[in-house]
Amino acid sequence: MGSYTITMFKYFALISFLTISLNSIGRTIVVAPGKSSVLKNTILQAADGDTLLVQKGIYKEQDILVAKKLVIIGQGFPTIDGDHKGQLIVVTRDSVTISGLQLQNTGRSSMTDMAAIRLQNVQFARVVNNRLVNNTYGVYLQNSHYCLVYNNTISADAKDELNSGNGIHAWKSTHLLIQSNKIKGHRDGIYFEFVTDSRILYNTSDKNIRYGLHFMFSHQDVYTHNTFADNGSGVAVMYSKKVEMYNNTFRHNWGDASYAILLKEITDSKIEHNLFAKNTVGIYMEGTSRIDVRHNEFVENGWAMRVQASCDNNTFEKNNFLSNSFDVATNGTMMLNIFNNNYWDKYDGYDLDKNKIGDVPYYPVSMYSVVTERIPGAMILYRSFLTDVMDQVEKLMPSVVPDQLKDNNPMMKSWKLR
Amino acid sequence: MKYVTVDLLRNKVVLVYAVVLAALSFSVLSIDSNSSKGLLSLLNITLLFVPLISVLFSTIYFFNSIEFIELLLAQPVKRTKVLLAEYAGLSISLSLAYLLGIGVPVLIMAPNIAALTLLVSGLLLTMVFSAIALLIFVLFKDKTKGIGAAIVSALFFTLLFDGLLLMFIYSFGDYPIDKPILGMVALNPVDLARILMLLQLDVAVLMGYSGALFKKFLGTGFGSIYAIVCMLLWIVLPLLWSVRVFRRKDL
Repeated sequence: MGSYTITMFKYFALISFLTISLNSIGRTIVVAPGKSSVLKNTILQAADGDTLLVQKGIYKEQDILVAKKLVIIGQGFPTIDGDHKGQLIVVTRDSVTISGLQLQNTGRSSMTDMAAIRLQNVQFARVVNNRLVNNTYGVYLQNSHYCLVYNNTISADAKDELNSGNGIHAWKSTHLLIQSNKIKGHRDGIYFEFVTDSRILYNTSDKNIRYGLHFMFSHQDVYTHNTFADNGSGVAVMYSKKVEMYNNTFRHNWGDASYAILLKEITDSKIEHNLFAKNTVGIYMEGTSRIDVRHNEFVENGWAMRVQASCDNNTFEKNNFLSNSFDVATNGTMMLNIFNNNYWDKYDGYDLDKNKIGDVPYYPVSMYSVVTERIPGAMILYRSFLTDVMDQVEKLMPSVVPDQLKDNNPMMKSWKLR
Repeated sequence: MKYVTVDLLRNKVVLVYAVVLAALSFSVLSIDSNSSKGLLSLLNITLLFVPLISVLFSTIYFFNSIEFIELLLAQPVKRTKVLLAEYAGLSISLSLAYLLGIGVPVLIMAPNIAALTLLVSGLLLTMVFSAIALLIFVLFKDKTKGIGAAIVSALFFTLLFDGLLLMFIYSFGDYPIDKPILGMVALNPVDLARILMLLQLDVAVLMGYSGALFKKFLGTGFGSIYAIVCMLLWIVLPLLWSVRVFRRKDL
């Protein structure tokens, strides 16, 4: 993964070098606010390779079509205001750079997805250092490849799912790099559909009303070092293969249908070194196979994991489970997954041979989690003396919990993961 | 009231109670680096022992001080005043013992909102069960019967009630029973104290249930307020009742 990122960086360095060298050929045009449609007219007069220096001010224009290889640079964050009508910038040509602009107030429509910046069938586009405020969609990548979306601040004030759009929306694209963006208050923070071989790094996506990251039919993607917090339903990854998730932080995703990560029909993926803190459900898995969940830390979640019986051949190794209300819940008795060498803070076994591995297996599904699974109302009695007694009795004579779901080698001390 | 408090503070049982609680909480909190786990153990101790000890000790104390009360009543003092002074002195001293025993260690070793909630619920429980003890004292003439009633009521609230509630939930699980459950929980001060704590420690999991009422109840501050108000009622109502009975009682 690391080497891949470096090659990607080289790639973009190369692109920037190329654009810079193109600049030296093209002219530099200074655009100042004042006349109506000044941006559109300037672009009409510009030629491939020109640089537009947009001066500070307010430009009330919509549907600015960029069909030339231009570099558009804002100085002191000039504002392009769509007045709640139409889209702002539509790019239909390769190698366009847009940076330093404040783009705000796109229209809202049920016919087209109104975006602040729409990249349409292009390659090597760069959207860097922009501020996107109160748009339906922020950056919309449509059938685009080798594009960079870097260091943008994207915020909106979405109220409901129907009338809102996504912060960064990518569809049928490949080789994207989405890095260091801050996304807040959209429907989905980042939305990927049919996007392959892409990287999502160091982004912060919070307070979105649906998912922080929404991922469908997108294979061979990597996301690392992102933070997803306070989203309506956390992060959803569905119908994808070979997804890799490293070093992400999932925090405080609360609600009855809220998961830090929802995995549905995912295969051959890796989830490593992530932190799951204070979520209703840490990882929810349904129909997944061959996923490695290693070195993650689950702290103060309602359920650290819900592994449905439809999952098979997943490996859960060397994770820390600390202060979760329930460690693992499941909906059946069958369990085709492997739990090994995890640290469970509720484990009360012993270690006679001092090899730092507990001598008796740990059963992560507690009896009361089975009970509340069947009768949610019984939750009101959780942690009462009576239910503690029931849990202890179940430990001595297991009859309710799925006996195949166990960690044969639970650790005595927690792993040092952070 | 002053005399009762001072007398009780000199009482060895209260002192031992405080020391035992302190020893328990220090050991529980220092065993594990994970403070929320320690708090949970303390919660269990609070829920199990505080009701039992408060109600038993208070009942015995009231019955033992019956001569003192009679003496006071020979003076031109109102009956209500005497009774309430007895109650206040007792609950203050037991609360102080609880604060010393659990409060000090907890605030030193794990000062957070959950710990404060634990203290509040423990204190409320102490007051509730001394009020119940007072009621038992005025209702029963015989000391043995009174102590029996105290033990039964403590066991009922800590164990039996939950069992009955669980049976109820099990048998009517298919029906919308959110509201009845919340209503029934209010009938048990121990459950109310536990829910106060639950709202601090396990909100994440409680939010996982889709019942709209639960969500409103648990997701907002409403749940905590409801629990505290119900517990205050649990103090006030037994007190009012015992004052009523005591006024007419033939001593």
